[in-house]
Amino acid sequence: MIPSKFDYVKPSSVAEAITALRDGGDDAKILAGGQSLIPVLRLRLATPSVLIDLGGIPELRGIREDGDRIAIGAMTAYYDVIRDDLVKQHVRLLAQATETVADGQVRHRGTLGGSLAHADPAGDLGAVALALDAELVIAGADGTRTVPASEFFVDYFTTAIGEGEILTEIRFPKHTGWGSHYEKFNRTAQAWSMVAIAAAIRVEGGTIAEARVGLTNMGTTPIRATGVEQALVGQPATADAVRAAADHVTEGTSAPSDADAAADYREHLAKVLTGRAVLAAVG
Amino acid sequence: MTATAEPTVEFGKARPRKEDARLITGRSRYTDAITPSGTLHIAVVRSPLAHATITGVDKSEAEQAPGVVGVYTAADLGLEGVGLPCAWPVTPDMKAPQRPVLATGTVHFAGEGVAVIVARSPAEARDAADLVEIDYEPLDPVLDMEAALADGATLVHPDLGTNENATWVFDSGEAGTGTSVSDAISAAEADPDQVVVRRRFRQQRLIPAFMEPRSAVCDPTGEQITLYAATQVPHILRTMTTVTLGVPESKLRVIAPDVGGGFGGKIGVLPEEMLVVALAQKLGKPVKWSETRSESLLAAHHGRDQIQDITITAKKDGTVTGLDVKLLADMGAYLGLVGPGVPILGAFMFNAIYKFPAYRFTCTNVFTTKTLTDAYRGAGRPEATFAVERIMDELAVELGRDPMELREQNWIKHEEFPFTTVCGLTYDSGNYEQATQQAMELFDYAGLRREQEERRRNNDPVQLGIGISTFTEMCGLAPSRVLGSLSYGAGGWEAASIRMLATGKVEVITGASAHGQGHETAFSQIVADQLGVPFEDVEVLHGDTQISPKGLDTYGSRSLVVGGIAIVKAADKVIAKAKKIAAHLLEASEDDIEFAGGNFTVRGTDKGRSIQEIAFAAFMAHDYPEDMEPSLDSDAVYDPENFSFPHGTHLAAIEIDTETGHVDLRKYVCVDDIGNVVNPLIVEGQVHGGLAQGIAQALFEEANYDDQGTLVNGTFVDYTLPSAADLPSFDTRTVSTPATSNPLGVKGVGEAGTIASTPAIVNGVLDALRHLGVRDVEMPCTSQRVWRALQDAQGRSTQETPVDTHSPGAGLGSIDPNNPQGEVQ
Repeated sequence: MIPSKFDYVKPSSVAEAITALRDGGDDAKILAGGQSLIPVLRLRLATPSVLIDLGGIPELRGIREDGDRIAIGAMTAYYDVIRDDLVKQHVRLLAQATETVADGQVRHRGTLGGSLAHADPAGDLGAVALALDAELVIAGADGTRTVPASEFFVDYFTTAIGEGEILTEIRFPKHTGWGSHYEKFNRTAQAWSMVAIAAAIRVEGGTIAEARVGLTNMGTTPIRATGVEQALVGQPATADAVRAAADHVTEGTSAPSDADAAADYREHLAKVLTGRAVLAAVG
Repeated sequence: MTATAEPTVEFGKARPRKEDARLITGRSRYTDAITPSGTLHIAVVRSPLAHATITGVDKSEAEQAPGVVGVYTAADLGLEGVGLPCAWPVTPDMKAPQRPVLATGTVHFAGEGVAVIVARSPAEARDAADLVEIDYEPLDPVLDMEAALADGATLVHPDLGTNENATWVFDSGEAGTGTSVSDAISAAEADPDQVVVRRRFRQQRLIPAFMEPRSAVCDPTGEQITLYAATQVPHILRTMTTVTLGVPESKLRVIAPDVGGGFGGKIGVLPEEMLVVALAQKLGKPVKWSETRSESLLAAHHGRDQIQDITITAKKDGTVTGLDVKLLADMGAYLGLVGPGVPILGAFMFNAIYKFPAYRFTCTNVFTTKTLTDAYRGAGRPEATFAVERIMDELAVELGRDPMELREQNWIKHEEFPFTTVCGLTYDSGNYEQATQQAMELFDYAGLRREQEERRRNNDPVQLGIGISTFTEMCGLAPSRVLGSLSYGAGGWEAASIRMLATGKVEVITGASAHGQGHETAFSQIVADQLGVPFEDVEVLHGDTQISPKGLDTYGSRSLVVGGIAIVKAADKVIAKAKKIAAHLLEASEDDIEFAGGNFTVRGTDKGRSIQEIAFAAFMAHDYPEDMEPSLDSDAVYDPENFSFPHGTHLAAIEIDTETGHVDLRKYVCVDDIGNVVNPLIVEGQVHGGLAQGIAQALFEEANYDDQGTLVNGTFVDYTLPSAADLPSFDTRTVSTPATSNPLGVKGVGEAGTIASTPAIVNGVLDALRHLGVRDVEMPCTSQRVWRALQDAQGRSTQETPVDTHSPGAGLGSIDPNNPQGEVQ
């Protein structure tokens, strides 16, 4: 479990990091919390020439209120997301999903931005960002740009972050007062999601007024279950209505098959879990 | 003089382990932490293919790599003729291939070493390993045991002419220990008042997954060559290194420093251990090997892997009349140190706690092109216990009986002990009624049966199953004469020495080398009582052939019941010597000296000497009896007269979410009878760890190979070991029916939890599902398997999409469909 040789730099500002990324060329890799990258390096599945460690950039950490949004620095650790009062109050679904990530040690080291930029479809937070219409702030040599989550996840391990760019901040629209739930199904308690469902629901007078549903590990990217969302809106928040809407969940998915779960089983799980997630969210 | 005759102070006390401060705070020294100055490091270049002819090895680029001292094949080292030892020729005509240190000509499993890099650092060795170009001509892999035995099958070792290693048979009719099972089956088939139940069970392949990866360091610079190794068996390793490489035993010192777990997985004699010795001798420098976790999962020996065809016959009143066991056991590509004997150990345990009048056991060991198998916690006995406890449940279903009631009808009653079983073992003691009654109460068996009924009636999406396992096992390996009758290549004794130091402190030397069990604490407790000295004054030394020259090491739950008794025997000798000196100093007849609580007193007087005073007197040697040497130090070698037979009743409440197939272990109760308990805390730890491993076989673990013979789940991401978060809080109790075969009345406990728990869980899973039409679920009972079984039972056939993904996924958590091999772009 010894990685190949690589150089290591630890910039102290985003500007320095971008310079380092440019200097590092094609084989440079960004190190955030390292909870996915380090194992990949140790297994020699990746052999970067240089690692750029973002751990020395204070401006990338922290959670703040920004009008009708909650802005979270890309290098904010899961643990800090989970216990943050603003997140709990306005973006509860994010806290709920983050609490299910791996184990306590990983949650202290792993970061929100690292997870999103890594874009593992089995990672838990992409579905949340997508469901809640988060915006992702990306910095490059020419300044910053903002990408909606719907355009951020491009393919398996591929995002809208371009050459020489760094994800700096994630902005979540406030969903204050919404019901939410992250329903995760995995092989062992601390494993990646086999399938998981992120649901945020706003109920008005017993009727579902708005619904946001994101899917983890049902394709090569996180997926927004728009069919389910449309079917839910206007329905009573009852078990029968929710389960009927949940049947739409496999629309537009391409569930993977692996040793733990073949595609047909994942599709079945997605339906069951969507019903459970939405019912738990409307609570 | 025995513990039971002494006032017990330490025996039975729940002492925290004295070794924990060192182990838990990381102050310990494992083999990998030992780096004599000038150490060179090796990396093994391993075959990615299961079966292939090596057509070329190009070392040139690797030889030029930074820090590389040399790149060697077996031929380069003159090791082509060297074969690793198998110490258990189970039959006289057993077929045994040579297991090379490095493959020459043909590779026989994926992960087999082909070449070795020696470099100045582990990183440089690892880098250079990627630069060795090996050309292979692929051969057909041999993966399925039944296909391997068929005519015309590809042969793993063509020179053997067969893929069959050996077939070992025990027939109670022929042995005279019971009647003929063939007759029993024919009779049952012809008799409308009897039933015959046949089932096939599969014991999947498991990986021992010890915490500390294997490691070995050889320092050739002293007069004795020193081999440090992360091994369970330093003494066996020393002898076997001599046998394998010809280093005189007297020129070899083996040290097992703190060893981080083994579970049988460190019982082997490894090619890499032989490589570090050969290379250290060749290069005249210390040489170290520490495997990576991936290498460990791929190339360290695996466990289990059997196909079990079980036939049970019984009268319709429930009385069992016969048991026929036919096994296929996968040896993998070569034979491990005790590999061929592992399934045979099960031969004596399939009859378990039941009074079968007729029994037959037939085991065929098979070669395949997979990693070899060998001992893994329980070694043969978990497989046996699983099969018999599963078939007893199947029989109960067939007869419409409560499964516990049926067991009770057939088990050996307390008053029938000692009991000689249908395979000729004599169970010295046991009380199945007591353990079962306590377990049933603790579990609330009746209440859970009511809840189960209610859930069935309500068609609850979450169904409840109750799983039973009433197990016994044979442990404390082993009476040497029994091992001799099984053609095992060693005895089963254990050695101990006690040294009384001048200041009254005590050094205890044991040949049972701990690798996490807590020997130092438990043995100190025993000696403190035996000699009447404070616990803190006892130091237990082990794991170094210079300190503990004689021993047979740790496996088979033998340390306490064999090694511990050897210590008691040595203590008896210390006391006998001390008594003579005490009598001399107190000017009394030896017959008038009494020993209790560490004091020798003259009967009927207040005159006395403490054992520490006697130790000092022996050291000074100014005044001691003429007919003895001035020393209390004593050695003992203890060869057990019998195995010990712990038993217990394990009950599991299993909830199954029928919508997802998810299996949740809600409650686990076990009441184990392990005789007298030295340290309840250590026992609890052993039981908890054992349960976790046994439950893991039932629900979580399996080493999967693809159709090319590649291990596809060779990381801890996809080889799904459970953690504490996957398990409930266990309810563990002990009851005590002391063993009569040893003076402490103790029985082994190291494997009990693993042996008992697997069938309890699977029986529980099926108990939850059977009324829905499910007849079997293969281990591990994953949510997907349970869901598919439910679909099938309800006539909705599902088909798994083929899985062609290899471990590990690039993202570790997922698989790139375009790049299943997992290279990150």
